[in-house]
Amino acid sequence: MLKIENLQVYYGGIHALKGINIEVPENKIVTLVGANGAGKSTTLRAICNIVPPSSGKVFFDGEDITGRSTVDITKKGITLVPEGRRIFANLTVHENLLMGAYARNDKMGIQEDMQKIFVRFPRLKEREKQIAGTLSGGEQQMLAIGRALMSRPRLMMMDEPSLGLAPLLVKEVFRIIRDINDQGMTILLIEQNATAALKIADYGYVMETGNITLEGPGQELADKEEVKLAYLGKA
Amino acid sequence: MDDKKQIKFILNIAVLALICVFLWWGNDNLSSFYIRILNLSAIFVILGISMNLVLGFTGMFSLGHSGFMCIGAYVASILTMSPASKEIIYFMEPITPILAQIQWPIFPAIIMAGVVAALFGFLVGIPALRLRDDYLAIATLGFAEIIRIIVTNTITITNGALGLKNIPSVKSMWVYWGIAIITIIILKKIVNSSWGYSFKAIRDNEIAAEAMGINLFSHKLLSFSIGAFFAGIAGALMAFLITSVDPTMFRFTFTFQILLIVVLGGMGSLTGSVISAVAITILMEVLRVVEEPINFFGLLQIPGLPGMRMVIFALGLLLVILYYRQGLMGTREFNWDYILNKIDSFRKRGASM
Repeated sequence: MLKIENLQVYYGGIHALKGINIEVPENKIVTLVGANGAGKSTTLRAICNIVPPSSGKVFFDGEDITGRSTVDITKKGITLVPEGRRIFANLTVHENLLMGAYARNDKMGIQEDMQKIFVRFPRLKEREKQIAGTLSGGEQQMLAIGRALMSRPRLMMMDEPSLGLAPLLVKEVFRIIRDINDQGMTILLIEQNATAALKIADYGYVMETGNITLEGPGQELADKEEVKLAYLGKA
Repeated sequence: MDDKKQIKFILNIAVLALICVFLWWGNDNLSSFYIRILNLSAIFVILGISMNLVLGFTGMFSLGHSGFMCIGAYVASILTMSPASKEIIYFMEPITPILAQIQWPIFPAIIMAGVVAALFGFLVGIPALRLRDDYLAIATLGFAEIIRIIVTNTITITNGALGLKNIPSVKSMWVYWGIAIITIIILKKIVNSSWGYSFKAIRDNEIAAEAMGINLFSHKLLSFSIGAFFAGIAGALMAFLITSVDPTMFRFTFTFQILLIVVLGGMGSLTGSVISAVAITILMEVLRVVEEPINFFGLLQIPGLPGMRMVIFALGLLLVILYYRQGLMGTREFNWDYILNKIDSFRKRGASM
């Protein structure tokens, strides 16, 4: 569904992505793991053209979307759950979710999806009229995911959804991701928490300083010695 | 639910009617000094809420308001002055022939003032809105000064530093408060529309807003141009109130006076801006007392110091920023639900006793 070919990004003089190839097949969870500064977030930003790639191609459904405006790309059905949640802190939960459906016009569908999200996240229903900035970290992450779902995306890209959450909540977030995927959503997941990410992923890529050094099916990758050594702590 | 809607509708109409009665009574019975101050507060209400749209709702730190006001004031003045007085006033260099014979009625001129200011806002916004925060503030401040300097130097259009006099005078409170109330209603509609939500989303988080598919640049430009439109209208009203304009009126210090209103009232609250605009305009006059010589029981004599009231405002602003940063209203708005609920709970308490 999403295909990246030889993508390169420079930040000024810094070569942040040195030509990477990634493929995300439909209805699968693909994860990109790696340490700080490996270029994971840059990859996502380059796909959305928040950071313009200097060379390489991005294909979505076989269509070349390299260099399209961010707004265009979101309209194609790619949505980004940004790092650090980035909810609209001064709007209510309800308004945040409505903003997610910003590019849609079907009032009935929006209402329907809102109800679905409230079924999935009962906590958000309880806090519907509350200002989003007053939610706890876990609730904010759920809101960010709910908001992304409101755009009825075909591909959901998540940047570090487990960042800054308590271990129990991390588990919960990964369960939700699995759940959303079971209902047919394609997911590109970026994580530092490699163990958890590889466990739920169908396929994984390991990044190191702008290159992809390893790839393979999720569980297989998690069992590899060098991955264990570098990211998971030697078991 | 519908019942409540109806009550609120009736309350809104009642308040509007009350205001109308006051305006009708005030026009005939208040002294011209009071009418003038009330009209001035109406102008500051328009300035305050339009700046709040840009600053408080869209989160763009723009300081160009006085420039757009300047454009509005000049457009309205030139369009409404009589050809005879134009001939007298432009004695250094005659006015451009196209403008010499034009004389429009007041209202079309006010609208035109807004439209021209919005157009300038649009043109200034295209380069300036690529910046954000402090850089945007500096750039817009610079643009406002550029506008003022252009106005000073295009003598055949604006009469340069001599300014314009003999602008038709409008005294009726209906005009000033009528336009102020229409502005409040329009901005309230905008703030609660999908545009308004997009503005607030951009204020809260630009990256997330863009990921939702909101076009950042066009929405910022839209908000900026709407702000400039109403600043232009306020400028036109200012010209009709004072009946003379000159470029020095629109120095950047004027923008800071509006900023004071927005910050004290609460960034992101129309209600707050309205209240603080009226309060500050009235205080500006009341506090003239402190600029007169003061005698402390014959012990201490303070000579009159012009500008003392600004010191008081400065202290007030300092206190607000230190201890009450959200301002008078924060991001809250006046609404009937709150008051109705209060009355309800009060009544229930009364019944249980």
